[in-house]
Amino acid sequence: MTAKTSYPRHWKRPPQLVTTRRWRLALPLLILSYLVLAVGSLEIDVERVIEGLERGARFIQGFLQPDFTSRWGDIRRGLIESLTMTLTATVVGVLISVPIGIGAARNLSPRPVYLVCRSIVAVSRSLQEIIIAIFLVAMFGFGPFAGFLTLAFASIGFVAKLLADDIEEADASQIEAIRATGASWWQLIHFAVQPQVMPRLIGLSLYRLDINFRESSVIGIVGAGGIGATLNTAIDRYEYDSAAAILLIVIAIVMLTEYGSSYLRKFLQ
Amino acid sequence: MSALDNRSGEPSHYSRVWTFRTPRARLALWGGWLALVALFVWCWQVMNEGTLWIFVADAPDQAMDIGSRMFPPELAYIAELLMPLWDTINIATLGTLGGVIMAAPIAFLAARNTTPSVLLVRPVALFIIVASRSINSLIWALLLVAIIGPGLLAGIVAIALRSIGFVGKLLYEAIEETDHHQIEAVAATGARSAQILHYGIVPQILPAFWGIALFRWDINIRESTILGLVGAGGIGMKLQSSIDTLAWSQVATILIVILATVVVSEAISARMRQALI
Repeated sequence: MTAKTSYPRHWKRPPQLVTTRRWRLALPLLILSYLVLAVGSLEIDVERVIEGLERGARFIQGFLQPDFTSRWGDIRRGLIESLTMTLTATVVGVLISVPIGIGAARNLSPRPVYLVCRSIVAVSRSLQEIIIAIFLVAMFGFGPFAGFLTLAFASIGFVAKLLADDIEEADASQIEAIRATGASWWQLIHFAVQPQVMPRLIGLSLYRLDINFRESSVIGIVGAGGIGATLNTAIDRYEYDSAAAILLIVIAIVMLTEYGSSYLRKFLQ
Repeated sequence: MSALDNRSGEPSHYSRVWTFRTPRARLALWGGWLALVALFVWCWQVMNEGTLWIFVADAPDQAMDIGSRMFPPELAYIAELLMPLWDTINIATLGTLGGVIMAAPIAFLAARNTTPSVLLVRPVALFIIVASRSINSLIWALLLVAIIGPGLLAGIVAIALRSIGFVGKLLYEAIEETDHHQIEAVAATGARSAQILHYGIVPQILPAFWGIALFRWDINIRESTILGLVGAGGIGMKLQSSIDTLAWSQVATILIVILATVVVSEAISARMRQALI
């Protein structure tokens, strides 16, 4: 027998992410113990679940035979509220976020302005739409106006942050070239920054329009108007066929806006 | 008129002032803006038909009132929040786990290079992904609370169903971007299709996979904090009951806890993703 026969006959894929042997043993144990703890703290009422399955079946039936007609008046009102809320909130949100976005760009603004604008962005981004909606409904009363304010506020954080990041990444040589001609600050924004970031700003606004519509179907649950309120009522009344109709309409509009906005963005860029 | 109108030969005269756009482009631009403004005004009027401006005018007073009731936050209340917080983290983690487990096969069915049938299976997988993405987790929770009753299970299932779309979409894009040379090389050794998956595709998408899962976990922590508003368990339920009893100082405490949780989870997921990639 020569040494040649002792070549290994099998090859095993080497571990990719966790390469230390100790961690490879410890990690599954840690994960397993967490799962035992977590699942142990769940309280699952099996009877209630079984009872609910019948309702689930009714809901699926509702999806197969959605009822658009019997609550059409409510659905129509909810949809109009949602759509108008989405558009006005996006327009106002983008209008406010442009100055904030410019202020939050390090290469254009002095340090104090930068810090103030960045903190506005941080506050707006870290609070969730639904929590903002709860407060604004408490302040401004029920209805789409509170929803409009919520969506506008949430849009500010999103658009201003991405716009500021984009301005910071803008080509510095173009800005320097315009500055070298003796341009004022406003002319600098107009001729050097705006042409570079405009396509992206339009893209962002369309994307935010899309997100705002999705969110507008949710914030109605806490009383801020829109299709969410209609949906909530339908589910509370156990009218699953109407609820299914609303959900199908929401899915259809979301798909439409998503494809529409991605097509428009491609067309504009 | 501008220089561009006279294309053949030398233009008759040049504009002395340089402008950004041609007159026609400027006209179209103004037309577009005008249409947008008109649409905005119209939407504004339709939206505010039922608005009671008396409430809007009253808002600053209300804000001051709520603000004064929220301050100082009732910090002793934190002790009562620890258990719901643990539930919230469980909803997010178990929900992410369930979502990832369901999303992985769907991603393989949706990716152009691994799907068994581009015409039959791929559209179905894509529809599942889109449907899951377009319904917010709060609406999923609303439905599931009605179906399987209030509690953590509804929250977990809602998070899982919502995660399918997000994880599935990013994962199938990652699968489609894999290097086909490596897959071909594995196939050339005579590997079966399961072996191709295991040795050719999985090693390429594994870092992306864990990155996506962690990213979604971070988002899910954020979303699971509010699922309780519709009865799906966790800290949101405490928030709802505090709001219902107008205990604004407790609301302030809950908001602080939620913010802290979100910030910590974001830091953890960013740290782990950095270590992965």
